[in-house]
Amino acid sequence: MKIPNLNIPNSKWVLKLIFILSFFLSSNSIFCQFTIPKVPAEQTSVYDYADVLKPDEEAQLKEKLIRYSDSTTTQIVVITIESLQGEDIGILTPKWGHAWGIGGSKQNDNGVIILLAKKERKIWISAGYGLEDRLTAGIGGEITRNIIIPEFKAGSYYKGLDKGTDALFDVFKGKYKGERKKAKKEGNIPILPIIIIVIVIIFIIAKNKGNGGGNHGNRGGGGFDLADIIILSSLGRGGGGGFGGSSGGGFGGGGFGGGFGGGGFSGGGSGGSW
Amino acid sequence: MDFKKFLPWIIGIGLVLIIGFWVMGVMNTGLQKDQAVNKEWGNVNTAYQRRNDLIGNLVNTVKGAAEFEKSTLTAVIEARAKATAVTIDPANVTPEQLAAFNSAQSGVSSSLSRLLVSVEQYPSLKANENFLKLQDELASTENQILTARTRFNEVVQEYNNYVLAMPQSIFLGKYKEKPYFKAVEGAEKPVEVKF
Repeated sequence: MKIPNLNIPNSKWVLKLIFILSFFLSSNSIFCQFTIPKVPAEQTSVYDYADVLKPDEEAQLKEKLIRYSDSTTTQIVVITIESLQGEDIGILTPKWGHAWGIGGSKQNDNGVIILLAKKERKIWISAGYGLEDRLTAGIGGEITRNIIIPEFKAGSYYKGLDKGTDALFDVFKGKYKGERKKAKKEGNIPILPIIIIVIVIIFIIAKNKGNGGGNHGNRGGGGFDLADIIILSSLGRGGGGGFGGSSGGGFGGGGFGGGFGGGGFSGGGSGGSW
Repeated sequence: MDFKKFLPWIIGIGLVLIIGFWVMGVMNTGLQKDQAVNKEWGNVNTAYQRRNDLIGNLVNTVKGAAEFEKSTLTAVIEARAKATAVTIDPANVTPEQLAAFNSAQSGVSSSLSRLLVSVEQYPSLKANENFLKLQDELASTENQILTARTRFNEVVQEYNNYVLAMPQSIFLGKYKEKPYFKAVEGAEKPVEVKF
C-alpha cells in the first residue's frame, strides 16, 4: 500500500522526463520521416509520383518547362507526391531541390522546385540562391494564393501548375539566357598520378641505364629500347585516358540538357494549401 | 655511370616529393574547410539579417493596420535590438559566444511568434496583401535560418573531424575546434504561420 504513495511523485517526474525526451526525439525525427528519392537517371522537369496529371497534361507541362530551360538554362521542376508523411513541406521542398541539385548551373543556382503533396493538399515553391531575389517568398506566396490555388480549387491541377509556371516565367524574365547544354564532365588534372608516372619513368630510365652499364658493347651506353618506348607511350596514353573520360549518363531529348546542374537552395520558399 | 648508386637517392627524393605534396594537400584542405565554415556562417548571418529587416517592415505594417497591443510590439523590437548587438567573428568563435548569439536570436524568434499569433485576431490584417507577403517572407526566412544553421553544423563537423584528427592535426595546429549551434529550449520550432 505504501508503494503507490511513494511512486506518485516519482512517476510524475518520470512521466515528465519521458515527455521531454519524446519531445526532443520527435522534434528530431521530423526531419527524417520522408526520404527524398535518389536523383533519377532521366533528369527532366515533371515527376508526377502522385499521378495527379493526365499523361497528355504531364507531357505538355514537361515539354514547356524543358523548352524554357533550353532558352534560359533556368530549371523549373514540378514534383507531386502522395503524402508528406508528417514532414514539413517548407523544409522538405528546398531540401529536395538541394539534394537533386536542381538548377542550370552551380554558379547561377538557377533552379526552382514546386512540390505538391496530394493528401495534405499543400503546395510549396522554393527558388535556388540565384533566383531568390526575383522569386521572393512573398511573390511565391502571392502566385500560390492568387493563381495556383484558385485553379486547384476549381478542380484542375494541370491548369494551376501551368498558369503558376507561366507566372514564374514572368517573374524571371530576362535574368538568365542560354542555350541547351550538352552533357559534359569537367576534369581537373590529378597531380598524384602524374607524380607517380614521373617516378616510374625515372625508375625505368635508371634501371635501363643500370642494365646498359652491363652491355656497353651492344648498346652504346643505353638509352631507350623498343620495349621501354612501348611502355612509356602506353603510360602516356593511360594518363591521358584518365581525364579524357566520356561524359556521364546521357540525357536524351526527354530531359534537361545536361541534367540537373547542381544548383543550391537556401531553404526559403512559400506556398499554401487548398 | 653507375645508377645503382643513385637509386636510393631517387627513391628518397620521390618519397620527399610525395610527402611534400601530401602535406600541401592537407594544408589546402584545412584552409578550404575553414573557408567553408566561414561561408556557411555568412549564410547564417544573412538569414538572421534578413529576418531583422523584415521585422522592421512587419512592425510598420502591423502598427498602421491595428491599434496593436503595444507590449507585444515593443517586445519584438527590443529582442531585435538585443540580437543585433551580438555579433560574432566566425574565425575565432568560442562556444560561449555562439551560445550568446543563439539565445539572443531565439529571443527574437519567440517574441516574433507571439506577435504573429496575436495578429490572428485582426481580420483586416489577414486580408492585407502586404501583410500576407510579409508573413510568407518571415516563414521563408525561418526555414532559411534553420537550413543555414543545419549546414553550418555540418561543415563545422566536417572541419572539426578533419582538423582535429591525426595525422592532419600535426600540420594544422593553428586551426582550432569550432563550436556547433545548439537548439535553445523551446526555440527549435520555427515561427508558426497559419494560412
